[in-house]
Amino acid sequence: MKRFLVGAAVVLALAATLPALLKLEYYYVLGYTVLQFIIMATAWNILGGFAGYVNFGSGAFFAVGAYTAVSLYKWLELSLGLQILAGAAAAGLLGLGVGLLTLRLRGIFFSIATIAITIILETVVLNWTYVGGAKGLPILRPTAIPLFENYTQWLFFVMAAIAVVAIAAARYIQSSWFGRGLRAIRDNEGAAECSGVPTLKLKLVAATISGSLMGAAGAPYAMLGSFIEPNSAFSLNHAVNALAMPIIGGTAHWIGPVIGAVLLGSVQQIVTVTVSSEMNVLVVGVLLVVFVVAAPEGILGLVKRWRASSK
Amino acid sequence: MASLLEVKDLSKKFGGFTALDGVSVDVAKGERFGLIGPNGSGKTTLINCVSGVLDNDGGRIVFGGEEISRLPAYQRTRRGIARSFQIPRPFTSMSVLENLVVPLEYVVHRGSLHIADTGAEAMQILRGIGLADKADTPSNQLSQVELRKLELARAMAARPQLLISDEAMAGLSANEVSEVLEILFKLNADGITVIMIEHVMQAVMKFSQRVICLDAGKIICEGTPASIVQNPDVQRAYLGA
Repeated sequence: MKRFLVGAAVVLALAATLPALLKLEYYYVLGYTVLQFIIMATAWNILGGFAGYVNFGSGAFFAVGAYTAVSLYKWLELSLGLQILAGAAAAGLLGLGVGLLTLRLRGIFFSIATIAITIILETVVLNWTYVGGAKGLPILRPTAIPLFENYTQWLFFVMAAIAVVAIAAARYIQSSWFGRGLRAIRDNEGAAECSGVPTLKLKLVAATISGSLMGAAGAPYAMLGSFIEPNSAFSLNHAVNALAMPIIGGTAHWIGPVIGAVLLGSVQQIVTVTVSSEMNVLVVGVLLVVFVVAAPEGILGLVKRWRASSK
Repeated sequence: MASLLEVKDLSKKFGGFTALDGVSVDVAKGERFGLIGPNGSGKTTLINCVSGVLDNDGGRIVFGGEEISRLPAYQRTRRGIARSFQIPRPFTSMSVLENLVVPLEYVVHRGSLHIADTGAEAMQILRGIGLADKADTPSNQLSQVELRKLELARAMAARPQLLISDEAMAGLSANEVSEVLEILFKLNADGITVIMIEHVMQAVMKFSQRVICLDAGKIICEGTPASIVQNPDVQRAYLGA
């Protein structure tokens, strides 16, 4: 626990002091993107990895966070912190709602519903003129932020803070009775229920936490590009990345999604810059297929096997 | 003796198929109760209804004086009904010890987790059942007999009043059968009521004080083990005479 707290403090201190060393704004956009991947993958893994309930609609949770933040910013000029809290709350409620409707049933129903919810919500936003509808909405960022040279550096720091919160949550869940209950559900839901695990409650709590973290990851999204439009906010890429990164990193441990996100996030950025932005989607797809076939337990599973064989 | 479990006029249908048809059973506190019948006669459906894995269509299930037939399974476990599964269902991502920690955390020590030493308690149960040396083994690496023992150990970790053992002995060797039987006798001696579903007749005969035989969703006979095997209906339906 102590080590983790020290690590978290070091990460945040680095994120805060980095602007003194590194000036080019592009690096912060890059860092922001990787941090966003880390949060999304970690959030997805709380329900998908620990409990075994696959969410195909991460884009919906992300966009609900983003559009909640944008609409509140336009309406009340809420500060970024409050926007993030509101985005997290809205996406958490969405998780709870979808969960209430589908998690009574075991298996695939939740996954199907998450696909449907993405399409429904995107249609709603496409027709919601207050936030720009299909045209999108340009946003004027607040100008000055104390301690930070520009708003992008500030956003980078905020994302680092959310990532620390997300990882801390995943880490706590994993080692607690709550996480053990989720694993019991994934291993065998019937046996879990007969061992006294209130499976529905646990799944609902996990869906709420997972959804709210995705909402938090989406809330600052419009601020980064000073613009938001439904196509990119609801993009299927969010869903594919949030699912591919934990699977490639390894779903059994909280570090798995982080490894997957850092690796895939960096590779995607490099491919986008050096090859083309279409290719980066291909990279995710190919890697996902390779890992599902060759290493279903992800990089963590490979490391475990390698350690066991070298003993 | 006071009854611990009363099943009254229980019925369960799967579509057009009647799996249970007006089954009534009373199990007394501390009793060793045997449940036999041919495949498909409704034995597992009956205990699925009692343990809450399935909802019954008609009838009542009363446990310790309380109607429980609309409670979810985990609530019934918390009230004192634990079961093993016919096909073992270990939590495969966990070690043997951790499998037992789940019911200890979710049933026994709810609300007192900060002071409970669930690991030590799980170890004690494993010692009692002869799995102590496998405590740290991943549960997907166990042999058949070890899996059966794990099923019983995990059920025991919920500290039940009533233990339902669903074919814990199927496919085991004679030595292993007597090993599992010994465990069940010991649990019963500690005051736990045991319902045994079994095809291994010698085990049922030896273990049960009272036996019922199900056939096609109905009770066709009830009595002592000795009287059951003499019953012509049981011989025709089940024993293959």
